[in-house]
Amino acid sequence: MPELLCQSPFHPICSQKREGPQCPPVGYLNLLNSTPDPGWLSIHEQPGTLQKEGTNSYLCTLWPRPCDHRLGFPNMNALSLRQLNKTYSGGVTALHDVDLEVTPGDFFGLLGPNGAGKTTIIGIVASLVRATSGSVKIFGHDIVTEPWEAKSNLGLVPQEFNFNQFETVSQIVLNQAGYYGIDRRTAHERAEYYLRELDLWGKRNASSRSLSGGMKRRLMIARALVHEPRLLILDEPTAGVDIELRRSMWDFLRQMNERGTTIILTTHYLEEAESLCRNIGIIDGGRIIENTDMRSLLAKLKSQSFVLDISSAVGDLPNITDFYVVPIDEQTIEVEVRGDQTLSDLFKQLNAAGVEVTSMKNKANRLEELFVRMLGDRDNPPAKAV
Amino acid sequence: MAALYPAYPKQTLIALRTLVWKETHRYLRIWVQTLVPPAITMTLYFIIFGSLIGSRVGVMDGYSFMEFIAPGIIMMSVITNSYTNVVSSFFGAKFQRHVEELLVSPTPNYVILAGYVAGGVGRGLFTGLIVTIIASFFADLEIHNIPVTISVVFLTAVLFSLGGFINGVFAKKFDDIAIVPTFILTPLTYLGGVFYSISMLPDFWQGLSMANPILYMVNAFRYGILGSSDIPIMTAYTLVIGFIIAGTALSLHLLKRGTGLRS
Repeated sequence: MPELLCQSPFHPICSQKREGPQCPPVGYLNLLNSTPDPGWLSIHEQPGTLQKEGTNSYLCTLWPRPCDHRLGFPNMNALSLRQLNKTYSGGVTALHDVDLEVTPGDFFGLLGPNGAGKTTIIGIVASLVRATSGSVKIFGHDIVTEPWEAKSNLGLVPQEFNFNQFETVSQIVLNQAGYYGIDRRTAHERAEYYLRELDLWGKRNASSRSLSGGMKRRLMIARALVHEPRLLILDEPTAGVDIELRRSMWDFLRQMNERGTTIILTTHYLEEAESLCRNIGIIDGGRIIENTDMRSLLAKLKSQSFVLDISSAVGDLPNITDFYVVPIDEQTIEVEVRGDQTLSDLFKQLNAAGVEVTSMKNKANRLEELFVRMLGDRDNPPAKAV
Repeated sequence: MAALYPAYPKQTLIALRTLVWKETHRYLRIWVQTLVPPAITMTLYFIIFGSLIGSRVGVMDGYSFMEFIAPGIIMMSVITNSYTNVVSSFFGAKFQRHVEELLVSPTPNYVILAGYVAGGVGRGLFTGLIVTIIASFFADLEIHNIPVTISVVFLTAVLFSLGGFINGVFAKKFDDIAIVPTFILTPLTYLGGVFYSISMLPDFWQGLSMANPILYMVNAFRYGILGSSDIPIMTAYTLVIGFIIAGTALSLHLLKRGTGLRS
């Protein structure tokens, strides 16, 4: 057993009595003369990870049982909206009797066109918008009657940058921790942890206005996480972010969700929602028009369109029975596959005709296709039989 | 009483300390904008009104003109800086939307108010101290009554910080935070007996001056330093404390309603 010195004040974590929502403690292990024993953490009966940071330094992240969000409040909804209504002073009704429940540990996507009411819902949950009527509970705590308990469980990453442009990155995160009553020492540790996780540690002393757009987005995530909320709401977190950063943010959010943080995501990138979310709510015109799990939702897609690049010329293409085929150019076709058909059927027919498919892709993301159709049905309802 | 969060006193105190430090750090960080200008302006007041003109004015209420105006000028800087600090900081937070950090957090409304007021009081008193040091180069100031001096300057800073907060809540554009200081605060301060004793005014103007609340604060502070006042001290205390209670109640009501903050 190597001699390990954990510089974290949380070490040994089991002896620490902690108040309020728990947190992932993090510390640095200075290693003397040996590599760390991977079993060290389990010897101490603590789940966690060891990550090499330098020659003799390891980043030690411990996840003590009381701090594990996965074990908290199993029978309580992470978010519960009841008969929520909002009419703005100008007379515009943004929400109509919205009922919504998000279970703990869920990765929930709230989708809808611009002006549907997504941001109003988030605003009400975050106490930035006053509800006309109805109730909001976060992990069973009403935001009006138990604001401290409710708000301590909530982290918000808003759509627009809303931090002080004149403060440094670390000041912003530390101040936010202070507003949640987190003592300075813990705040420093958490700030370091999340700024490192989000690759902002090198910018900790930089003025926030000097950050790039992607860094600003990550700063808002770090700020929202510093008080270790059980429920994290992200309002279009990847808007205007390049694909590489977007994917790294997806990975980070997946990790947070795997650790038990309930996540509610709004986005206009529907492949993002399809990739991340387990359950989806679709809001339109201030009403929840769909609220189900991703699999059931995608099962509603009656057909999908695929774009196929083929080796032979389109003009030589034999008749493909049962499939609706539209030529796009000389060697590209679009094929519609209904819910009762399979891609195997299509390929069998193409193979039998001697047509080689060189590549294939969805014409549109499945969720996007469904979303567009659902909203299209709203705008063009089927004619009533006379 | 749910609104006071009695179950979380430690967390509430940390939130207050964070906000007070943030506000203090703000005006110290931009000290060239916040602390230097009043020092220069008040030095000019002392040179022009105190030395150059004051030497021809002679004695006022038994004191040299320089001694007479020093408390008023100190008070003027406290009033202006307390007010300006809170109104600009709070409106700036609204304008940049980082006030949402506070609104989303569990920080109680009274802590938000106390934090901003503490920032205003801090800057007001800091500026008052700087101006007092400058005044000591021009006049021989001996404090007549320390408790009165300290309590009056503190209560005045609290009152005008509250005023700045209310102005900040209602302000929708930068013009709105300049209107009150320019068109109300400055005239009332100049007419509040900073440069003269109201005993010099005709009866009508004396009566009108009595409706100016700043007159009471300036005179109470002057009493603390010189031992001379145009008004009864208890009247000044009653007025200032009454305004503070009303201002606090209004501010908390506005925060609870979310006026200018929540849609």
